[in-house]
Amino acid sequence: MEQRSNRANYWRANLKVLFGCLAVWFLVSYVFGILLVDTLNQIMLGGYPLGFWFAQQGSIFTFVVLIFFYAWRMNAIDKKFGVAED
Amino acid sequence: MDLQTLIYLVVGATFLLYFVLAIVARAGTTSEFYVAGKGINPILNGMATAADWMSAASFISMAGLIAFNGYSASAYLMGWTGGYVLLAMLLAPYLRKFGKFTVPEFIGDRFYSNTARVIAVIALLVISLTYVIGQMKGVGVAFSRFLETSVEVGLFAGMGIVFVYAVLGGMKGITYTQIAQYVIMIFAYTVPAIFISLQLTGHFLPQTGTGAMLTDGSNQYLLQKLDLVLVDLGFAEYTGTPDLMNTFLLTLALMIGTAGLPHVLVRFFTVPRVRDARKSAGWTLLFIAILYTTAPAVGAMAMWNTLKTVQDTDEIGAPEGNLLYAERPDWMRSWELTGLLQFEDKNGDGRIQYYNDDNEDFAAMAEEEYGWNGNELYVDRDIMVLANPEIANLPNWVIALIAAGGIAAALSTAAGLLLAISSAISHDLLKGVFMPNISEKNELMAGRISMTVAIIVAGYLGLNPPGFAAQVVALAFGLAASSLFPALMMGIFSKRMNKEGAIAGMLTGLSITLLYIFWYKGWFFIPDTNMLPDNADNWLFGINPTSFGAIGAAINFIVAILVAKITTPPPHEIQELVEDVRVPRAS
Repeated sequence: MEQRSNRANYWRANLKVLFGCLAVWFLVSYVFGILLVDTLNQIMLGGYPLGFWFAQQGSIFTFVVLIFFYAWRMNAIDKKFGVAED
Repeated sequence: MDLQTLIYLVVGATFLLYFVLAIVARAGTTSEFYVAGKGINPILNGMATAADWMSAASFISMAGLIAFNGYSASAYLMGWTGGYVLLAMLLAPYLRKFGKFTVPEFIGDRFYSNTARVIAVIALLVISLTYVIGQMKGVGVAFSRFLETSVEVGLFAGMGIVFVYAVLGGMKGITYTQIAQYVIMIFAYTVPAIFISLQLTGHFLPQTGTGAMLTDGSNQYLLQKLDLVLVDLGFAEYTGTPDLMNTFLLTLALMIGTAGLPHVLVRFFTVPRVRDARKSAGWTLLFIAILYTTAPAVGAMAMWNTLKTVQDTDEIGAPEGNLLYAERPDWMRSWELTGLLQFEDKNGDGRIQYYNDDNEDFAAMAEEEYGWNGNELYVDRDIMVLANPEIANLPNWVIALIAAGGIAAALSTAAGLLLAISSAISHDLLKGVFMPNISEKNELMAGRISMTVAIIVAGYLGLNPPGFAAQVVALAFGLAASSLFPALMMGIFSKRMNKEGAIAGMLTGLSITLLYIFWYKGWFFIPDTNMLPDNADNWLFGINPTSFGAIGAAINFIVAILVAKITTPPPHEIQELVEDVRVPRAS
């Protein structure tokens, strides 16, 4: 029974990290790169209009960081709940 | 040494490398044949997956797509990278924990149904076949362009090479060749881009060069200048943002589709542990991002180079403002021979006018005031990458490298797809459904035979491409999004999802998406059988058929959840299976 509730807590912790990451994923691509692109394009990042930069560069960099962040957080959570491999 | 000999040498050396790797890494068991024995280092798997994923289209065509569409091409950039976030967090670690060989196998086991497994196999075959035809054609075209063979000879050569290392090596052989192919591909892509960025902006990194000031003394930013000149020539602004709804939907369809592509997913079955699968997805995207963030630079810079070659950008409309055809640079001459660049002197002034004559107001004005009688220059979008080294005056070995890179891109993706196809046949259909008692030795033999058949079929279709081959984005990504991704995700994230729900969801998602595509593009893509013209005025709620995968996925989720609600929950041991897949440690 205890193992069962530990698993449930582990899953909840996983979902929390997951939702956080997906919120950022949505924000940098769909919000900054598409929905708000015209507004952000009023701001310049060097020669890049900011919305355009998010759509063609910034979102991709963020995605890479997000996956590594997720992997790092999940490894820590695996250990915390004692479900890590080896 | 002349260029042609050099190209033969460089490309020949890469082939030799692939053969050596194939012989060293040949597969001896079904586990090695299907999933490389689950022993691939996560960083190396990241490279192999990046090569598996980046096709001839990514390598050769994407920069051109960006060059001619500017902001509108962002859907491809975000869609084809953001999908890895979904894959890394929603699917890959859990499928690795499940620990078997194929994607349909998970669907069959999780939904305790051979019907579900067969539907997944059918979706996989349609997706992978559509995809692989383009790759085989890409191999033929790359060979013919660089090695001066006919497309047929090029295609046969490509089939022969894939045959050697895929049939012999299976997933293991494919993995090691893909790692080598990634290195060749990324080197070939970034070296010319760095030199062009240095020439135009003084920036070493093309990623910052695109946002930098031009070093031609104009004191203007590259993108700003590009916007101005394109508008002066009747085109849309490079950074302009039309049709945001379809950009949104297409991005979503491509992301969901990417995460559901079986040949990519199966690569994460090859790493030793769950945490390796998570990390490996990060490395994969990092390796992909190197090319995908360079592509917008290649696109913008090649567009700017093309424009300023033919047009004095400060004197648009002036008679002397256009380049004399007789004085065109060497790279234009050499690409004219391939037909990828064409000139027709419509107003007989001996000069090249390049502008948007589809823009009626602008064309009328240009005829009246400038004496232009239509656009005179045709530029194929593939030139943006292929001609880059020549535009930048780079040495011949860089051109040879581009040739090897283009061929590597097409071969690596073709091999990955062929493996997905052959394992679906030998493992899912044969071992899973029709001959459960087949011995491992015979299954391995069956895998090799189905790989051989798949190569022959793909080669044949590459030579005689059916209508659907051109619809990779709509068909492959649309179907992956509307059938496989939702079933996989619900199989992991919903314990309540049962056989009936998953099957109903996959079938409705698949059929509605196909129906919508056929409605506008013709039944089975046969020309003139479409029910309505394929343009924005006729699309349902303005949704482009190419972007419909996102809607198809939503329909799949909704139908599956509703059907699962009114039917019996999955048996106890299946709920245990889901529990088990969710935690890394084996219980």
